[in-house]
Amino acid sequence: MLELKNLKKSYTEPDGGDLPILDIPSWELAEGEQVVVVGASGCGKTTLLHIIAGILRPTSGHVMIDGWDIPLLNEAERDQFRARRIGYVFQTFNLLPGFTAYENVLLGMTFAGHGRLDKNRARHLLERVGLGHRLHHKPGQLSVGEQQRVSVARALGNKPKLVLADEPTANVDVGNQQHVIDMLRETCEEEKVALILVTHSPDVAGQFQRVDKLSEVNLVVQRKQQETAQTAG
Amino acid sequence: MNLWKVAWRSIQHRSLASVLTAFSMSLGVALVVTVLVIYAVIDNAFQRSTQGYNLIVGPKGSKTDLVLSTAFYINSSDLETIPYGLYRDIYRKFPGEIDKAIPVALGEPYKGAPVVATKRDFFEELRYGDKKPYVFRYGENFAGSDYRGAVLGYNAARRLKLKVGEKISLLDGAENSENADDVFTVRGILRFSGTPNDQAVFINLEGFYEMNESRRNLIDRIRKGEKEDTPTEEQRTLSAILVLTKKKEVMPEIKMNASGDQPSELVVSESGMTSQVYNPSLEALPRLIEEDKEYHIQAVSPTAVVTTLFDKVIGNIRLVLVILACLVIVVAGIGMMVSIYNTMNERRHEIAIMRALGAKRRTVMMVILFESILLSLAGGVVGFVLGHSLIGILSPWISESLRVPVSAFQLQGIEVLLIPGLTLLASIVGYLPAVMAYRTDVAESL
Repeated sequence: MLELKNLKKSYTEPDGGDLPILDIPSWELAEGEQVVVVGASGCGKTTLLHIIAGILRPTSGHVMIDGWDIPLLNEAERDQFRARRIGYVFQTFNLLPGFTAYENVLLGMTFAGHGRLDKNRARHLLERVGLGHRLHHKPGQLSVGEQQRVSVARALGNKPKLVLADEPTANVDVGNQQHVIDMLRETCEEEKVALILVTHSPDVAGQFQRVDKLSEVNLVVQRKQQETAQTAG
Repeated sequence: MNLWKVAWRSIQHRSLASVLTAFSMSLGVALVVTVLVIYAVIDNAFQRSTQGYNLIVGPKGSKTDLVLSTAFYINSSDLETIPYGLYRDIYRKFPGEIDKAIPVALGEPYKGAPVVATKRDFFEELRYGDKKPYVFRYGENFAGSDYRGAVLGYNAARRLKLKVGEKISLLDGAENSENADDVFTVRGILRFSGTPNDQAVFINLEGFYEMNESRRNLIDRIRKGEKEDTPTEEQRTLSAILVLTKKKEVMPEIKMNASGDQPSELVVSESGMTSQVYNPSLEALPRLIEEDKEYHIQAVSPTAVVTTLFDKVIGNIRLVLVILACLVIVVAGIGMMVSIYNTMNERRHEIAIMRALGAKRRTVMMVILFESILLSLAGGVVGFVLGHSLIGILSPWISESLRVPVSAFQLQGIEVLLIPGLTLLASIVGYLPAVMAYRTDVAESL
């Protein structure tokens, strides 16, 4: 379902030099598969998710999703692709404050284009994450756990093929963390949606069958680690 | 959920800032609405004053002065007069072309109110506004034989605090005077018409002549045994004759030249009492009157003179006022742009979220533009209500000052242009913030 090939991403530093972030020769994810990606801060986890989502373009390489090479699409096509095929769960939830929980879910459907607005599905998803009684509450009226659940419902609104979750429990209180993870995994399973979950938490990572360390996937990180070891030696 | 609703939710989320922004726009719109309505009221006041008749026949001289003195009772003292005999001859001289002729003689003002001597036909034959007949609020028209009868305009009666049955002495300036020669009895008070007639005191023309004769001490002649009679026709003069042409005929309007003194062309118009069928023989009537050998007279189309006068003087004032009001709207528009622009920094994050959810650049740009348009239209609606409310509150003062009726819901067709105008302005002022939204870097702003 998802295949990364020779994916490289680097930024230009103020002095004009290259700052490599990602160098992934190959990485794959099957349909409906759930994977946790772990790695230290700054190792490029969020950048990787942004590239897969089409928010960022890689410096080179391929990101194949269902046969589409995302970097080859123009920006409007990537936006449309993202709206229709990818759900995104953010660390800080990123709900729009002026909209109710229900409207936040509908909003993602709105941007996917005509015929995608499914009010029953929006309601159903919110009921599924236990917020059937909070449909018309705005984010400010919801707890952080509830906000993240709205975020999960919004990510699944357009029946995506892939959900990207960027440290979804980092801002959730301990009591709610497990609930969010369970709900995310269960709903993705029910909807047969692949899940890439980025986390720092070993507890969260330990619950997944597949755990990929970005340090093993990303050659940039490996090179940095080698350089650090040589300097120390 | 459509983009308009997305924009509306965004406005609601910033309710205080949005209300203030829309309010600044509403002030500009209120000003424009007020200017437009007041201008239309003045325009209407000018036009309705001249609609009852097609031509004013008067002494040769300035056409503008003739119209101002006859239709508006302004600057009437210095004008030449025409002989009363013309009134008798006018049907004979121009047979088949004149439906009705009404004589008018302007006297010395009574306590600031213009004194108009005429016949009872004035109130029976003339129409004002949308062909409305003059109606008496109190009392009735003076009879032809009631030489000492007077009729008061609505405002004149109010200002002079006169009632039906009370007497006024036009020469003494006193009320309920015992001197019979210049005393007239109020027989009727007109309903408010919004015309200059509201300010006037109308008296029977015969009584007017009698009063003037009395002034010349003709009573002495009567005492000496001379025949007591109404003055001779040679001594009688008129200020003008109001002419209604035959119905179902179209009168040409005289377009004035640049100086406003001479006609430059004849234009067929459907204004006034005339209607649909064009009779080419009437084109020549004003010219025939002016070429008359017996009388030194001219015929003036009041509509043409008023239109020229209005365009020359008040038209420019309106232009200045409308430009000022539009500038206020533009300033309010710039204020709105600044207001939206200032929120863009804090909104980058929201825009980035929308983009991350799949919104195209153009989509977020449209959301900002729609927001600008909604704010403008909301301000427009409030301004519309505010402007008309202001007119409603000021209507008694405006009515008194301009001598025309004004109501809060006096809508003008041109106000419809406010909707596309505000939408265009909003699109222009919303463009800069919209471009900022368009350029938002998603990854950086998330």
